[in-house]
Amino acid sequence: MGLITKSRIKSPWIVHYSCGGCNGCDIEILACLTPLYDVERFGILNMGNPKHADILTVTGPVNHRNYRVLKNLYEQMPDPKVVLAIGACACTGGVFHNCYNVLGGIDKVIPVDVYIPGCAPRPETIIDGVIMALKKLNEKGSKAE
Amino acid sequence: MNGSDILMALAALALAPLIGGILRGLDRILTARMQGRIGPPLWQPFYDFIKLCAKSKKASHRGPVVWAWAYLVLTVTAWLLFVLRQDLLILLFILAFAGASLALGAFSVRSPYAHFGAYRELLQMLAYEPILLLAAVAIFLKTGSFMVGDVLGFEQPLLISLPLTLVAVLIALGIKMRKSPFDIAASEHAHQELVRGVYTEYSGPTLALIELTHWYELVLVLGIISLFWVIPLWVGIIIALSCYFLEILIDNITARLRWSWMLTVGWSLGVGLILLNIVIVEFFGLGLRL
Repeated sequence: MGLITKSRIKSPWIVHYSCGGCNGCDIEILACLTPLYDVERFGILNMGNPKHADILTVTGPVNHRNYRVLKNLYEQMPDPKVVLAIGACACTGGVFHNCYNVLGGIDKVIPVDVYIPGCAPRPETIIDGVIMALKKLNEKGSKAE
Repeated sequence: MNGSDILMALAALALAPLIGGILRGLDRILTARMQGRIGPPLWQPFYDFIKLCAKSKKASHRGPVVWAWAYLVLTVTAWLLFVLRQDLLILLFILAFAGASLALGAFSVRSPYAHFGAYRELLQMLAYEPILLLAAVAIFLKTGSFMVGDVLGFEQPLLISLPLTLVAVLIALGIKMRKSPFDIAASEHAHQELVRGVYTEYSGPTLALIELTHWYELVLVLGIISLFWVIPLWVGIIIALSCYFLEILIDNITARLRWSWMLTVGWSLGVGLILLNIVIVEFFGLGLRL
């Protein structure tokens, strides 16, 4: 394993965007940062700035108001980058799927790499999803080189 | 400058980022332990650095990148002046310009978050620059020279006559390390009300450059602290490391406060303590007049 590959896997920085779900998934994501799960063990940091992040985690269904914001955030992230759809709403639209203002899952707007199902998904599932995303991140990175 | 000086400068250039990175890794582990977590491996800052270097370049234009390079080059110059035992005053002026170029880099983009960060960075400099300069003056009044070489040759430990100055320099260290309660310009721990303040518009390799500069800066400021006890030098290094540990402890037990509070502390407590120290040394005969 090359040094760059190892560093990429060991240091995934996350930016979290809530498209406007019920906040259940957001709370589960934040639970991952607490001492019980402590994802900083794996070098995972919550950055809050798309320009610094490797992984975009999105919760909630995308709607007509916020799809531009979501797209903008995605485009601001430097390559290689991956997108995680967390929770039923972000994957498919969930209980909001046939609302007049909702477009559906976030894959209607940006390409999604990993879908994490659940309402809300448990922190273990989210961590599992991030690990799967890291494989994809590395594939994308080595393809770019 | 002779051959051994050049060798020493090269060694210092290579070793400072290594030491700085390990210190940052220790910082993250200690912080995690204080919060009841395990924390990342010791080498985490280096993983972050290499990852950032391998990311794609995405800059809005050339201005901020040039200022990031200026930040690195000026800080490294200050570090080299320190290692080559040159003038402490010149070194601090160069360090001040390095800090200013970080703010100018943030001003050269149109992001309002970067601008807010830059204003706050300038306020931080306003708070700690007088402390560092007056500390240099206090060292001068004691040793009779601004040269680091002469301070290193001064047989009596400075800490004995300048203890209050060290306390004031600790405030400057806290601001320089961007730790709570002085973590105002950058929101280091993902506090995010400013996105990332001065670093908002930097990404990928340029951000790695800034991280590298932080390592140099950290080692340089700890080096200045170790000047307070130079014979034997290991005592000074232990003092510097314990100051570093104290900063991490303070970071974890305090909240971030407002810039006006930081200015008040910097100018009243910081400058006041040094002035008091100078007065004691000068007028009560504890000093060594040359």
